[in-house]
Amino acid sequence: MANFIDDRTIEYVGILAKLELSDEEREAAKKDMGRMLDYIDKLNELDTSGVEPMSHVFPVQNVFREDVVTNGDESEKTLGNAPEEKDNMFVVPRTFEGN
Amino acid sequence: MDKSELLHLSAVELNRAIREGKTTAVEAMEAVLEQIEKKDGQYNCYVTVAGDTALAKAAEVQKKIEAGELTGPLAGVPVAVKDNMCTEGLLTTCSSKILENFVPAFSAEAVLQLERAGAVVIGKTNMDEFAMGSTTETSAYGVTRNPRNPEHVPGGSSGGSAAAVAAEECFFALGSDTGGSIRQPASYCGVVGMKPTYGTVSRYGLVAYGSSLDQIGPLTKTVEDCAAVLETIASHDKKDSTSVERADTDFTSALVKDVKGMRIGIPRDYLGEGLDSEVRDAVLAAAELLQANGAVVEEFDLSLVEYAIPTYYTIAAAEASSNLERFDGIKYGYRAKDAAGLHQMYKRTRSQGFGPEVKRRIMLGSFVLSSGYYDAYYLKALRVKAMIKKAFDDAFAKYDCILGPVAPTTAPELGRSLADPIKMYLGDIYTISVNLAGLPGISVPCGADSRGLPIGLQLIGDCFNEKKLIQTAYTYEQCAKEGN
Amino acid sequence: MAREYETVIGLEVHVELATQTKIFCGCSTAFGGRPNSHTCPVCTGMPGSLPVLNKKVLEHAVAVGLATNCDITRYCKFDRKNYFYPDNPQNYQISQLYLPVCRNGYVEIETEEGIKKVGIHEIHMEEDAGKLIHDEWEDCSLVDYNRSGVPLIEIVSEPDMRSAQEVIAYLEKLRLIIQYLGASDCKLQEGSMRADVNLSVREVGAKEFGTRTEMKNLNSFRSIARAIEGEKNRQIDLLESGEAVIQETRRWDDAKETSYAMRSKEDAQDYRYFPDPDLVPVSISEEFLEEIRSRQPEFRTEKMKRYKEEFDIPDYDIDIITGSKHMADIFEETVALGAQPKKVSNWLMVETLRLLKEKELDPEDIRFSPEHLAKLIALTESKAVNSTVAKEVFEVMFEEDIDPESYVEEKGLKTVNDEGALRRTVEEVIAANPQSVEDYHNGKEKAIGFLVGQTMKAMKGKADPAGVNRLLKELL
Repeated sequence: MANFIDDRTIEYVGILAKLELSDEEREAAKKDMGRMLDYIDKLNELDTSGVEPMSHVFPVQNVFREDVVTNGDESEKTLGNAPEEKDNMFVVPRTFEGN
Repeated sequence: MDKSELLHLSAVELNRAIREGKTTAVEAMEAVLEQIEKKDGQYNCYVTVAGDTALAKAAEVQKKIEAGELTGPLAGVPVAVKDNMCTEGLLTTCSSKILENFVPAFSAEAVLQLERAGAVVIGKTNMDEFAMGSTTETSAYGVTRNPRNPEHVPGGSSGGSAAAVAAEECFFALGSDTGGSIRQPASYCGVVGMKPTYGTVSRYGLVAYGSSLDQIGPLTKTVEDCAAVLETIASHDKKDSTSVERADTDFTSALVKDVKGMRIGIPRDYLGEGLDSEVRDAVLAAAELLQANGAVVEEFDLSLVEYAIPTYYTIAAAEASSNLERFDGIKYGYRAKDAAGLHQMYKRTRSQGFGPEVKRRIMLGSFVLSSGYYDAYYLKALRVKAMIKKAFDDAFAKYDCILGPVAPTTAPELGRSLADPIKMYLGDIYTISVNLAGLPGISVPCGADSRGLPIGLQLIGDCFNEKKLIQTAYTYEQCAKEGN
Repeated sequence: MAREYETVIGLEVHVELATQTKIFCGCSTAFGGRPNSHTCPVCTGMPGSLPVLNKKVLEHAVAVGLATNCDITRYCKFDRKNYFYPDNPQNYQISQLYLPVCRNGYVEIETEEGIKKVGIHEIHMEEDAGKLIHDEWEDCSLVDYNRSGVPLIEIVSEPDMRSAQEVIAYLEKLRLIIQYLGASDCKLQEGSMRADVNLSVREVGAKEFGTRTEMKNLNSFRSIARAIEGEKNRQIDLLESGEAVIQETRRWDDAKETSYAMRSKEDAQDYRYFPDPDLVPVSISEEFLEEIRSRQPEFRTEKMKRYKEEFDIPDYDIDIITGSKHMADIFEETVALGAQPKKVSNWLMVETLRLLKEKELDPEDIRFSPEHLAKLIALTESKAVNSTVAKEVFEVMFEEDIDPESYVEEKGLKTVNDEGALRRTVEEVIAANPQSVEDYHNGKEKAIGFLVGQTMKAMKGKADPAGVNRLLKELL
């Protein structure tokens, strides 16, 4: 296959996506991603020069809200599903610098 | 009214029966819950059944119907909702372990629209995890079986919704369609399924997979139900910036049996290599029936068909990789235990919480957006998307509708699809470009193969032309029923 | 011979915009409130939630762009910046990379060598992150999303600055422009204005830039100046010892006066920006621009010029007063209420500045209203209170913005204008202090001061000292 995905790439993508793969998963991911990229490379058959990338299908633009407060104290709802909570805040493992 | 007779009714027929006092919303809900009790052990259409809450709500709705406060065509009708739409106070898992315990504090706008119209939510249906898959086999909560033949898949990702309609475990259902996820399971299960024009139904409360492609739509027993449901859930929602304001959402007005002069094009590429011959024959027979009733049908060349799948998987995976970043074990859902430090907690939570297909797409999406690859992959795909849209614009200059199969085959057997992802992705070839171009598409049953597995006919319309699709689909459905 | 180095500095300045609500949802941006009380599904990244742009944010961003001579991007978009961190609930920040709202601007700063232009590369709109608090007891961190989604603009300068002085002049200039626009209060200490410093060094005369580092966590002009000095020296030391500067993000520790690298293996710094599919593009029409233009206020230079023409106050006062939009507003409004400009200026320049300094506050923190200052001035003008009482009342007003009229009334601080009562008191004081009276008659002018003091004391401060003085002289 044309796209060879090595261990370093998988490791790097794992850092970006916050995924930790087992050895078995990593081998499968290397193979799958390589094949998918080969398949996606099919797009290179097309000459797209001069074509604007289209992110939205319709030319909808300028959707705004007015600057008016509509929400009250919803902290109970916000924290309703928290795996761990303390003093009305979400608990997370100690961050790098703490603060 | 006899319970099994009741279950055979379409949504609007049930509503009529309730309004005429032949049955009640509570009886309908009881019948559906009994059916679930009886059948769902085998089919596994539902992840969560609301049970008593649903019965209590049905009783409230019944009172309002009797008081004349609820007069719409869906009042009192039990509905099943795909488990990627938020439902206030009701577990919403996206069929993923990572949301195994997530109870939303608000309901999706589409669900609210249905509830305002008096429809009553039965529960949440099974799906491919985060809508990634076409068989409902990637669910963390077991596979759903096809009620037409339990050894086969129901399709996906809205497999639970399609199967629930087919198994009479609901009167209609909501699904979501990112690359064919309503139309394909509708086709496999022999029900009607529609993906509306992008922006017609609010995405607020739909847990995003590919935000630029996702659209909520109905899965129903009949085209009439489909029009009624779409009319109810279509709305211009100020909470969704991509929601479109449109005046022509009186879709039931298009339930007219007439296709005289309707110009229908069949893309030659939709009939070529890879298409099962029984599916091909059934689709062409449907085209002939429409032609016999006055439609002008011809084959044409829709370009770029083979580029739709790589374009779609690049865009959908990229958006998904970003959309699914919020599942990190901090605010809701599953959190891995005993992780040393923040980043290990992230990694373990996500690696244990997501299934293989979701991880595969997140990895691909993160890669195509990463430094050095963005232009070559992501921007390239957005350019091809523009070309595909243009190809459809050209086609709709000549035709009112495009006709073709929904999927290359009928429902595959359980356990046969996941081993080879690319082969599985190829099954989306006829549905996927509709999402890329933001178009409406409908799947209508058009017979069965020699094994008795249903076949779906797909009709694709230009943006905002749902009415032409509904009219054509309705005409076909009526003519086929009458045998002419 | 030692090589000579030049410091090259560019700034990324984040400014919190003065809106009622957050950038993408209807939650309040007010400070305070218990943790997570200003949150909703949108600003906490709940599944299924979607953002909708606050129009006011665009208005502020465009106004700042126009005031800093930028080209306004007529078709701009939002992009997602993807990175995992707990203060960022979606694990992506909605920002602008590809089509920021403003580009190619500049501001002029005054330097020792004269006026200098500092280029503005771009201004973009984005959302702020939540707050992380370290819990010492449990050795964990706590997240509060009250600030998550508060609107920011990021102003990215060109690498045009060469010293800490220029950096501070540039920041002062930006702060004034933005405060005058009412787009933000720009308080560094409170974090409504924050600066990241990009710095590199090169040998004088070199054409190419050196490798730069980015420094974060700078929350005062003083720490910015110190961080620039520290980082400059660190880089020069590296180069002098033959080592290379590494391009990295560093965090300034003001207490230790040193910076340290923020790199970690898990920080790839690859943000995978792509257009946010949940937000639609913003198209800026000529009418919209015209409306923003028409709302642009009188900026400082124009204001200074006008003050010179309109008011008879010293240039020094003008400089101080216009140095804060808030103070200038108070000045003008108080004058508009009929107070004499000179008197208003005096209250601002003397008592106000004294109290601000004493309490370590910014002019932006002044809380008393022009109405109350005008009333206080009127009270002194009419001699209803004497200057000592007026200063006391002002201190209370500065703290609590009380109405001086009713306060003086309630506390009975009015000057006694009863001539008979005053005469009686003065006579008593004269009778009780024969020594001072004698001193006065012997030519000790100072003695009268003592007698005035005694009279004021007996009147509990509520007399007009000048009147007392006059009466004493008369009776003696």
